[in-house]
Amino acid sequence: MRGGLSKTLALVGAAGLLAVSACGNSDNNSGGSGSSANKDVTVFTWWADGGEKAGLDGLVSTFATDCKDYKFVNSAVAGGAGSNAKQVLANDLQAGKPPSTFQAHAGAELKDYINAGQVDDISQLYKDFGLDKAFPQNLIDNLTVDGKIYSIPANVHRANMVWANPTVLKKANIDGTKAPASVDAWIADLTKLKAAGVAAPLAISKGFAQEMLVEAVLLAELGPDKFKGLWDGKTDWAGGDVTAALNKYKTLLTFTNSDREAIDWPDALGYVNTGKAGYTLMGDWVAAQQVSDKIADTAYTYWPSPGTEGDFQFLSDSFTLPTNGADPDGAKCWLKTVGSAEGQKAFNTKKGSIPARSDANPADYPKYQQSAMADWKSKTIVPSCAHGAACTLGQNNDILSAMSQFSGSPDVAKLQAAFGTAMKTS
Amino acid sequence: MSADTAAAATGQAAAAIRRKPQKRGVIADGSTRRSRTVRYALLLLFLLFVLIPVYVVLITSFKTSADTTAASQWNLPKTWTLDPWRKAWDVLQPYMVRSLSLAIPAAIISSLIGSMNGFVLARWRFPGANIVFAFILFGMFIPYQAIMLPLRTTFTNLDVTRGVPTLILAHCIYGIPICTLIFRNYYATIVPNEIIESARVDGAGLVQTYLRIILPISISGFVVTLIWQFTSVWNDFLFALFLTQQNNGPVTLGLAALAGGQKVDYAASMAGALITSFPTLIVYILLGRWFIGGLMAGALKG
Amino acid sequence: MLLPTVLLLGYFVYGLIAWSFNTSLTDRHTARKGPASYVGFANYGHLFGEDRFLNSLKNLGVLTVAFIVGTLIFGLIWALLLEKGVPGESIFRSIYLFPMAISMIASGVVWGWLLNPSQGEDARGLNRLFEILHLHFLENPWWTAGSRWTTMASIALPAVWQLSGYIMALFLAGFRGIPPELREAARVDGASEFKLYRHVLFPQLSPIALSALIILGHMSLKLFDLIYAITGPNQFRTEVPAVYMWNTLLRSDMAKSAAIAIVLLAVVAVLVIPYIAYTVRQENEE
Repeated sequence: MRGGLSKTLALVGAAGLLAVSACGNSDNNSGGSGSSANKDVTVFTWWADGGEKAGLDGLVSTFATDCKDYKFVNSAVAGGAGSNAKQVLANDLQAGKPPSTFQAHAGAELKDYINAGQVDDISQLYKDFGLDKAFPQNLIDNLTVDGKIYSIPANVHRANMVWANPTVLKKANIDGTKAPASVDAWIADLTKLKAAGVAAPLAISKGFAQEMLVEAVLLAELGPDKFKGLWDGKTDWAGGDVTAALNKYKTLLTFTNSDREAIDWPDALGYVNTGKAGYTLMGDWVAAQQVSDKIADTAYTYWPSPGTEGDFQFLSDSFTLPTNGADPDGAKCWLKTVGSAEGQKAFNTKKGSIPARSDANPADYPKYQQSAMADWKSKTIVPSCAHGAACTLGQNNDILSAMSQFSGSPDVAKLQAAFGTAMKTS
Repeated sequence: MSADTAAAATGQAAAAIRRKPQKRGVIADGSTRRSRTVRYALLLLFLLFVLIPVYVVLITSFKTSADTTAASQWNLPKTWTLDPWRKAWDVLQPYMVRSLSLAIPAAIISSLIGSMNGFVLARWRFPGANIVFAFILFGMFIPYQAIMLPLRTTFTNLDVTRGVPTLILAHCIYGIPICTLIFRNYYATIVPNEIIESARVDGAGLVQTYLRIILPISISGFVVTLIWQFTSVWNDFLFALFLTQQNNGPVTLGLAALAGGQKVDYAASMAGALITSFPTLIVYILLGRWFIGGLMAGALKG
Repeated sequence: MLLPTVLLLGYFVYGLIAWSFNTSLTDRHTARKGPASYVGFANYGHLFGEDRFLNSLKNLGVLTVAFIVGTLIFGLIWALLLEKGVPGESIFRSIYLFPMAISMIASGVVWGWLLNPSQGEDARGLNRLFEILHLHFLENPWWTAGSRWTTMASIALPAVWQLSGYIMALFLAGFRGIPPELREAARVDGASEFKLYRHVLFPQLSPIALSALIILGHMSLKLFDLIYAITGPNQFRTEVPAVYMWNTLLRSDMAKSAAIAIVLLAVVAVLVIPYIAYTVRQENEE
C-alpha cells in the first residue's frame, strides 16, 4: 500500500503540474498577438473623445499616407487630462511593456521618464527630419535635458483662458467681451452676478481644473517672473504674497458649483453654454470642443484669465520613443508624422491647439487659433504645472490631492504648506 | 461553527435556505394578520431600496443624450432609443470576448486544482495537514496589492503574453485557495467515508479513487466553484488594471474607460454597466439555486 | 498531490509578499533598475509621519465600520423578515441578493452617478429623487463635503447595497440550520417571541456573525474598485491605502508603494490570522 501510495502521489503530482502548466501554456497560442509580429504601431494617448479625438484622427490619416508599412493601433486611455492615462502608462512602463510611442507633456513631466530611463534620446531624429529649425527655440529648450532631446512636440496649448457666456453676464450688466482687469475685479463681477441670481457664476470641475484656476490666480497676483520661480525653487511658497493669492482663490471657490468634485471640464463648460454659469476657466482646447458641440461662436466669448493678459501659460503635447519599445521603426515613422508640417496641420486644426512648428500658415486655422498663434509670438511664456510643463508627475499628484482636500474643506495654510512640500519632493 | 463551516455549507447551504420552516403554522402562531402586513410592507420597502438603482439605470440606458438632464433623470424616456446600447456594445464587444475567453478557462482550471487539493486535504490526514490548510487559507485573504508589483515583474520575466493569458494564470493561482477550501469542506461533509474506504479495500490508489469515485460525485461541488470563480474573475478589476492594457484587457477595464471619459455619455455608461453585468446575472438567474450555495461556500473570499 | 499547490502558493503568495517587503526596506524610489540600498524601516517611518497616509488610514477605518455595521443591520433585518417563510420568499431572496453578482466597477459607475452632490433645483441622482419626493432634508453632498463620517458612509452605501443580500443569505442559512425542537422547547417554556430570539436563536447565530464580520472586514480593507469608479483615483477625501498605493505608482516610487501594501497586509493579517488559527484549532478538537 505504502509504495502504491507514493507512486500514485508522484503521478498525481505530475497531473497537478500538468493542470498548472495547461494554465500557462495557453499563453503562447491564445490572446493578444504581440505587436512585434506584424507592423502595428501602438500609440498611447489620452485623447479619447471630443476635439482631442478629432485631432488624433487627423494625425492618424496623415500617418496612414506617410507610413504605409505600418498600422496605427489606438491605445488611448480616457479621463481627466490624462491623469488616468499617466497612471496606466506608469504601470505599463514599470512592467517593461511600453507602447511603441506615448504622449507626454513637454517639460518637467518628461524628466520623470528620462530619469527612469524609460525614453530614448532622439536628438538624431531632429537632424534626420530637419526639426531643429522647425520649432521655436524656447520650446526646444523645454524639451532638452543635458543637451539631449527626448520627444517631438505636436502642438502648443494656452492654459490661462476664461470662457464666458455674454448673455448671462448681461444679467448683471457686465460686458462679456472684456476681461476684468484683475482677480479682484473678477471677484467683484462674480459678486454682482450672484446678486443677480446666478447661484454659481463660476463653473469649475474636478482635479486639474481647480489646479489651473489656482495657477491662474497665482500668475495674476505674482506676475510671470515670480510665478515661474514657484516651480524652479526661486520663489518661496511660504511667502505672504502666495498666502494672499491663495486667499483669493478661496474666495473664487465660493462662487463655484457644488458638484465640482463630481464633474469633468466638458460638463463645466456645458454649465456656461446652457446659461447656468457665467464663466469657466479652462485651456484653449475648449475652442475645439465648442466647434465639435456646434456652439455658435456668438454664444460665447473668451479672454486670458483676469490679470494675466500679457502672459501665455503654455503646455505642449509631445511624443516619445520608449526604451525597448515594440517597433522602433514604426514609432519613428509616427514621430516623423507628428513633426511634419502636414501632420501638425491635420492635428491642430481639429484639436484647437496651435502647431509647434514656426512655419505654419495662420490662414489654415480657425479664428481662435489665429489669435493664439499671434499671442504665442508676442506674450510672455510661462509654464503650466497642471499640464506637466513645470511639474513632475509626482508633484502633480501631490498637488491634486491637496486641491481635492481644499475643495472639501478650504484651509489656506494647509494648501500653501502642501504646495511647498510637493515642490520640494520630486 | 467557524469560517470554513460557514463555507462547508456548500451545496447544502442552498438546500438549507430552501428548506421551509418545518411547521407552516409558525407564522400564525403568536403573530397576527397585522404583523404579517407590516412584515410584507417592510419587505416591499426594502425591495424598492434595492431596485431603485436598477430602475434609473434601465430607463437611462434607453434615453437620448438630450434626455439625460438632471430634471428628467427619474422620468421615463421621452423617446425610447437603442443607440446607447449600440454605442456601448461597439466599445465593449472586444472586451466581452476577452472576458469570456478568460473567465471560462480560469474557472475550470482552478476548480480542477481545487477539487484535487480538497480531496487530499479532506481524506488524507497526514501530519501537518492543518498547517498546510492554514497556509493555503491565508492566501485567500491577502490584499493583492501586497503581491501585485512583484507579480507583474514575475510575469514580465517569464515573458507571459500580456492580456488574457496573464490574467488566466493569475486567477488560476490566486483562485486555488478558495476552490481548495470549498472542495475540502464538500468532501468532508458530503462524501461518505465508506465510499473511499471501500475503494481503498479494492486496492485502488489515491488517483484511482479520485478519478473513478470522487470526480463523478463532485458535480455539485464543481458547479459551485465554477460559478464562484467565473463571477469573481469576471468582476475582477485590480488584476486587470495592473496586468493588462486597454487593447488586451477584460470588460471591467472597458467599462471603466467607457464611463470614465471627460465627456461622459450617461446613457451609454448605464447601458455599458448593464452589458457588463449580464453574464454574471444570467449565471445567477439560471443557476441561482447553486449560486446561493456558491456564495455561502465562497463566504470567505472578497 | 498537494505539492504543486504548496509550491505555487509558496512562491506566488509568500514569496512575493517577501519580495514586496524586501522592496519596502530599500530606497528604490524610481522605476530605474539597478542596485538599491537598504534603509531599514525608514519608508514606514515616512509613511506614518505623512498626513496623506494617516488620512487614508482613518478613511479606511471609518469606511470599514460604516460598511460592516450597515451590511450586518440590513442583512440581519432581511433574514429576520424572511426567516419564518413568507409566500414569494424566493423572489425577495433573489432580488435582495442580486447586487452581489455585479462587479464593483459597474456598481461604482452607477452609484457615482446617483451620488451626485448637486442639490435643490440642480439636483441630480438620489438628491433629485429626494427633491421629487419632497424629502428635501435627505439631500446631501454625499462624499464631496462634510465630515469624514458622511464622506466614507457615502462610499460605504453602494457596498452595503451590494453585500447586504449576501449577509442575509448567511443568516438565513443559519436560522434554517437551527433545529426546530429548540424553538418548540422555548415556546413550551412560555418564552415570548422577543425572548426566543434574544436567548435561543441569536446565540446560535453568533458563529455566522463572526464569519460575516471577518468576510466583510477583509473585503472592506481591500476595497479599491468602488472608490476608483465613484470618485476617481486621486481624491483626498476618499483615499484609502489601496488607492494611495496606486497613486504612489504614478511617480514610480516602488519602495513607498511596497510599504503601503505591506501596511495594508499587516492590517488584514491582524484581523485574519487569529481567525484562521481559531478555525484550525476548532477543527482539531472535532
